[in-house]
Amino acid sequence: MSKTKKAGRAMGSVLLAILSIIYASPIFIILMNSFKKKTYINLEPFVFPTAKTWAGLENYQTGFDKYNFLSGVSTSVIITIGSVVAILLFCSMFAWYITRVHTRFTKFMYLLCVFSMVVPFQMVMFTLSKTADTLKLNTPFTIPIVYLGFGAGLAVFMFCGFIKGVPIEVEEAAMIDGCSPPRTFFSVVLPIMQPTYISVGILQTMWIWNDFLLPYLVLDQKRYRTIPMIIQMMKGSYGRVDMGAIMACLILAVIPVIVFYLFSQKYIIEGVAAGAVKG
Amino acid sequence: MEKAIKRYFPLFIIPTLAAFLIGFIIPFIMGVWLSFCEFTTVQDATFVGFKNYLLAFADETFVHALGFTALFAVVSLVLINVLAFMLAMALTKKLAGTNIFRTIFFMPNLIGGIVLGYIWQLIFNGILSQFDLALNLNAKFGFWGTVILVCWQQIGYMMIIYIAGLQTIPTDVMEAANIDGASGRQRLFRVTLPMMMPSITICTFLSITNGFKLFDQNLSLTGGEPAHATEMLALNIFNTFYSRVGFEGVGQAKAVLFFLLVVGIGLLQLRLTRSKEVQQ
Repeated sequence: MSKTKKAGRAMGSVLLAILSIIYASPIFIILMNSFKKKTYINLEPFVFPTAKTWAGLENYQTGFDKYNFLSGVSTSVIITIGSVVAILLFCSMFAWYITRVHTRFTKFMYLLCVFSMVVPFQMVMFTLSKTADTLKLNTPFTIPIVYLGFGAGLAVFMFCGFIKGVPIEVEEAAMIDGCSPPRTFFSVVLPIMQPTYISVGILQTMWIWNDFLLPYLVLDQKRYRTIPMIIQMMKGSYGRVDMGAIMACLILAVIPVIVFYLFSQKYIIEGVAAGAVKG
Repeated sequence: MEKAIKRYFPLFIIPTLAAFLIGFIIPFIMGVWLSFCEFTTVQDATFVGFKNYLLAFADETFVHALGFTALFAVVSLVLINVLAFMLAMALTKKLAGTNIFRTIFFMPNLIGGIVLGYIWQLIFNGILSQFDLALNLNAKFGFWGTVILVCWQQIGYMMIIYIAGLQTIPTDVMEAANIDGASGRQRLFRVTLPMMMPSITICTFLSITNGFKLFDQNLSLTGGEPAHATEMLALNIFNTFYSRVGFEGVGQAKAVLFFLLVVGIGLLQLRLTRSKEVQQ
């Protein structure tokens, strides 16, 4: 490699490094402010905490005590795990059936799933929350049914895309050997689909964990609040806004996501790329 | 084999179908019907024809939100895709540190819209307060603030899709162009871009529909202030439903129009870019 080319590449790396620092800085600004006393946050948000403005963990304490942040975490975890498991299991079964059985019904179901992917949530927002209310689906343990229904479109579509590429001979061989259809699905098809389960699981987790409006409208707000709901209500509710507690809760909301991302980065990035190619 | 599977219809189909009915099909059909009705709860609906639609268009905030959202969607579409494409090009040149850069650029995408909105609200207000200004005083600040926020969030996502696309371009095509003496610019516009059209189709589709559907970020960053000037369509519909009693029917009519708009734009965009895709 020539000298000028080498220098050019080094310059490129340096430029990207500067850009990365700028890119990551908003998170650090919030982190910095989460350790300041609340009255100083709006006054000088870009200054490091000094001895005078330092608040220690006080803001985090307020977040836990006054705003019940931990109960938000458990609500969000229950909803996300329940919904993602339900979506992965039932949508893959549904997708296998409608891909392998050719009737007018299965064709219609497939088209309906594709159609539901483009419908914005606002279209069904009001009627969905009323339906969920009537059926008493307003707890973290029952809201996965709503997520399964509204999220089925994308999941079924992605599973169908994968199943179409699986050679049918393997399944036929299993059935000739005496496997019932459920057994064929669970011990032959399901293991082959592992990469698709990961992709769909990641896309759905990203959506459900961060979703604000659906749980806001469906959940019984007096008893259950997800993390985004807690943050929105800290700011939106009347009375004095505690900037310190907000900073602390923003950090508490972001940290688990970043840790999870750093550990499963490879799958997340592959999942996004796979979802996009099929979408 | 089909026959054997068919016997297990209840096991494979019923759970998803039941949830799909509750979570999508019934609300959708009811939504279309209610857009022609006057109601406050679902039970007391009376048919009023197209009245709600006329009222929706007579609502200045809705018409304003329509224009504001369209402008926002186009500006963010262009910025996100141009910047994401440039980053993807830079990150496929095997520079030192590529993996770390990719990790950092993608990260904001995993943070939820509500959290993002409040992060940026602090930053923008921190900058603006130096000049005795604030985000909720001027619609221009709100507009560009939201554009910056959405760029920060989505560039990484589109970048990943573009990187995946760039990696599928066969090296022999590029080599052939090199041997034929194509300049860097010719290689970009005559080889890379045409070969990348499938990725461009997906990314522009995602960013324009995301732009039109934006809600969480709009709610948390500006909340539509000042005086509905930065209110986008989704938030306008939400406010029609939940902060104006008696306007539920109008809200539903707006939602139907919004749905038709999103579908129409999505289809139009797919046709425009699909027609430019080339066979490999």
